[in-house]
Amino acid sequence: MKAAVITFPGSNCDRDLAVAFAAAGFEVVRVWHKDSDLPSGLDVVGIPGGFSFGDYLRCGAIAARAPIMAAVVRFAEAGGHVLGICNGFQVLCEAGLLPGVLMRNAALRFVCRPARLQVATTDSAFTHLWRPGAEAVIPIAHHDGNYRADAETLARLADEDRIAFRYAENPNGSAADIAGILSQNRRVLGLMPHPERAIDAALGSGDGAFLFRGLAAALAPAETGA
Amino acid sequence: MRVRVQVMLKEGVLDPQGEAVRHALGALGFEGVAGVRQGKLIEIDLAATDRAAAEVEVRAMCDRLLANTVIETYRIELVE
Repeated sequence: MKAAVITFPGSNCDRDLAVAFAAAGFEVVRVWHKDSDLPSGLDVVGIPGGFSFGDYLRCGAIAARAPIMAAVVRFAEAGGHVLGICNGFQVLCEAGLLPGVLMRNAALRFVCRPARLQVATTDSAFTHLWRPGAEAVIPIAHHDGNYRADAETLARLADEDRIAFRYAENPNGSAADIAGILSQNRRVLGLMPHPERAIDAALGSGDGAFLFRGLAAALAPAETGA
Repeated sequence: MRVRVQVMLKEGVLDPQGEAVRHALGALGFEGVAGVRQGKLIEIDLAATDRAAAEVEVRAMCDRLLANTVIETYRIELVE
């Protein structure tokens, strides 16, 4: 299995994300934002956290228009899996791969602490290792994690079981306590919490490893069956 | 040609930064501030001289990058 991790100027979780993919058994290729093509034979693309382009204009807005993102959009539209974490979630929303937008936290404060999450659906390659209704502790570290979408979009996300994670205690004013959402084909996940910072109990929580191991388990058969 | 683009949050979208500014004004003793909305002003210098063409181009810039129309509205002003 092969994973690509994109690096933008200002990304700062790209190495952690590469380590998390590798620990789950992925071969990892690092990709620069100015590249116009993704490596061949990819199973998943990871868009890391950080402050791409200094959060200028809007978080993720400039990165979403970087040359590599056209290739990421094509990859997603062809059914590829894409994981966007924190700033990566903001980039996926700005790129139109996920609906809605992430606004400044309602209390205006940067929040940085472990967050208790409810795994709201287990119907995805990212979340299938959890038991339905399970709780996960995964750290959050963001200033703009307040998820907003119109009422119709929020209703559709709920109806289609596309809310992947909800906060047990809402830290940022996010609509419907949303911490992460899936695309319509369930193969693009954006979430504000950082599972790559929780892949070993020595880091305070190993709960994030379920996501990467689950992804590896879900994608491996496709490779051998091809 | 100089073009000014004003980007504001849509009515009904909570503007926490505007709210914080409103509270700070109150703390300074400015009474009667009923509301504050914070937005962005973007000035663009264009090589184009045709007003209609410039407006079409800047509108495309707004839709594709300068504003996120999920939560924001924009207004274009040709300054000359």
